[in-house]
Amino acid sequence: MTRKQKRLAVIAGGMSFIVAAVLLIMFAFGQSVAYFYVPGDLATANLQPGTRIRLGGLVQTGSWVQGAGKTSTFEVTDTISTVKVTYTGILPDLFREGQGVVAEGSFVAGDPVFVADTVLAKHDETYMPKDVADRLKAQGVEMGGKEVVK
Amino acid sequence: MIVETGHYALVLALAVALLSSVLPVIGARRNDAGMMAFASTASVALFGLVLLSFSALTWAYEASDFSVKNVWENSHSAMPAIFRFSAVWGNHEGSMMLWLLILTFFSLLVAVFGRNLPESLKANTLAVQAWMAVAFILFILLTSNPFLRLDVVPAEGQDLNPILQDVGLAIHPPLLYLGYVGFSVSFSFAIAALIDGRLDAAWARWVRPWTLAAWTFLTAGIAMGSYWAYYELGWGGWWFWDPVENASLMPWLAGTALLHSAIVMEKREALKIWTVLLAIIAFSLSLLGTFLVRSGVLTSVHSFATDPSRGVFILGILTLFIGGAFTLFAIRAPALKSGGLFAPISREGALVLNNLVLTVSMASVLIGTLYPLVLETLTGNKISVGAPFFNLTFGLLMVPLLIATPFGPMLAWKRGDLLGAFQRLYVAAGLALVAGLVFFYLDEGGPILAVLGLAAGFYLIFGAIADLWYRSGFGKAATGIAWKRLIGLPRSAFGTALGHAGLGITVLGVIAVSTFQTEHVTEMKPGETADAGGYHLVFDGMNSMKGPNFTEQRAHFSISRDGQKVREVWSSKRLYTARRMPTTEAGIATFGASQLYVALGDPMADGGIVVRIWWKPSVLFIWFGALFMMAGGVISLTDRRLRVGAPARRAKKMPTPALEAAE
Repeated sequence: MTRKQKRLAVIAGGMSFIVAAVLLIMFAFGQSVAYFYVPGDLATANLQPGTRIRLGGLVQTGSWVQGAGKTSTFEVTDTISTVKVTYTGILPDLFREGQGVVAEGSFVAGDPVFVADTVLAKHDETYMPKDVADRLKAQGVEMGGKEVVK
Repeated sequence: MIVETGHYALVLALAVALLSSVLPVIGARRNDAGMMAFASTASVALFGLVLLSFSALTWAYEASDFSVKNVWENSHSAMPAIFRFSAVWGNHEGSMMLWLLILTFFSLLVAVFGRNLPESLKANTLAVQAWMAVAFILFILLTSNPFLRLDVVPAEGQDLNPILQDVGLAIHPPLLYLGYVGFSVSFSFAIAALIDGRLDAAWARWVRPWTLAAWTFLTAGIAMGSYWAYYELGWGGWWFWDPVENASLMPWLAGTALLHSAIVMEKREALKIWTVLLAIIAFSLSLLGTFLVRSGVLTSVHSFATDPSRGVFILGILTLFIGGAFTLFAIRAPALKSGGLFAPISREGALVLNNLVLTVSMASVLIGTLYPLVLETLTGNKISVGAPFFNLTFGLLMVPLLIATPFGPMLAWKRGDLLGAFQRLYVAAGLALVAGLVFFYLDEGGPILAVLGLAAGFYLIFGAIADLWYRSGFGKAATGIAWKRLIGLPRSAFGTALGHAGLGITVLGVIAVSTFQTEHVTEMKPGETADAGGYHLVFDGMNSMKGPNFTEQRAHFSISRDGQKVREVWSSKRLYTARRMPTTEAGIATFGASQLYVALGDPMADGGIVVRIWWKPSVLFIWFGALFMMAGGVISLTDRRLRVGAPARRAKKMPTPALEAAE
């Protein structure tokens, strides 16, 4: 190989790696990105069953039922609409009724219950998931920290 | 009074930093030795003042002076002394003080240890450091002043976030910042070289120890943070692809690339422009990380209470420094003489591959982290990019690097012999495959694909050993001579081997724990038992405990194997009284490199309690690997070649044959 050919080979090799990386990133975005919704959005969202989303809101007071061992159900509300959620696994320490929560998962066809595989919870407004705080604020829900805590 | 002294010292530090950011640059232009020497004096003074200021804040925390707003917000008189101390940086204001302290500390080190640097390079470097000090002192004084007093003095503080009340907070942020901010030195060197317009192999030799030191600290900081999250959060996860973790991983990847490209620049005078660019990128990513964490634009366990004006200010600093650096780079870089071409199959070719993979995978992390922000700004849609994205992209992109790593050190400079390297490595690869199969057989379960992952880990370890083996000439020369040669190898060769083997050990841990981990969630009553990972757990009962600022319910478990009692653990749920916030303190029993991780869930109405038991086989390898990498960094730092001032003394020593082989 001449110098020029060598240089071309190196550049082509590098470029093809970068192109492969870009394609991989685009593919991965298509596969694994989850959009954020509050319960009120769901009626108009027209979601396909199985589409991964993040569902955010407050845990409805009085709705948390702990099933046998590890499956629990609770309702997520934006104070106007409410969605029932089931979750099998470990609820975070800070999960409490009346507080902010983000559940990640999907709907199963023909069932209004949201099946979450990840649940994130934060303490008060200071530590509330920002997405939830923004959306609830936009809908005029008052969350003066302390009231929510109690 | 002491608090006001601290505040005053910080204002004074601003004045010193302002002077030090202007005078040395003018001095370097006019070739005025006095003005250039001012940079060193000012750096010592600057560090002294910032240290004084930081100590004043620390005193306020130790003395629980709740008239200081920052102390009241983040401390409690009942907290143990060590947590009152680490609480200083367990909040936004204090963490920025720590950042500043470390920044000025590195300026001090450059001033003290940079005796053999050319005067103008040293003056410019310290001036660039001072620019950053100015920016961050202004940021602290204007938006995040920790010295503000309250009009009415509260009797008790609001306590520190309980998750942060752990010895991890005393260790993790300082190490991480030493890494983050350590890259500021490489950055300042790069900017100084661009201002000077002079860039040669010597520059790379001066920059490399600083990069290596920063990299070692960052490795330690990330590993420590990961282990802390693992045992404290009670989920047994060790990496969450949280935006803030990504923010620390990106400078690490860029820093690792810089570490390797600086070798090429030092040895071959090639990749000059690229190395300077990487030095700028590595620190820009550190700044970006600070912005992401401190502005609260991304949600994470690391974000403290947020204030929009801070975000805007940091964004300003970010734009100024990164934008300025890239502008300067764009103007100056074309004028720099670029190095010669080289063959793709050579040591430098392998190092270019290393840089390509590291920067591309760093870019994938960057894109994944920032994409939600960009999309929200542009369209208002809120999305989350989580672990599945990063596992797929980062995981796959790193594969070529894992395969290529052992080849690098085996190829010669200029013209490498790929076939020769293959011949040396196929034994290592074969052994690795066997080891992977044995490992897979011993821990049953999991997809067969895991064998390849395990083999990759072993291959990196064996490849590193093989490199030392062939360099010393084992098998060819007499064993005694080979031993002597091994001992005579330059320290950097051991550093390389330890670093690469460490990567392999971490890969082993990651693959093993994600393949063979088991999780059991059951409801248990006292006297009931559970099995995990071949161990037998008996839940003996619960009791209540009262800590200094928390109450806890703790459960006692006896662990036995084959009928023999081997260990006992306490696992507890704490309630921190001041904030009414619960935390989980997992009970962890270590067996070799594996761990049984027992966390308590919620008590049930019938007196039972939900218990989560994970069996985490070989999980500690993840952090052992990081320890090896750190050891590699430290040993490389002691290499003669890198010791600051070494070039002058080096000629006196007779080079040994082994030294030649390593070059």
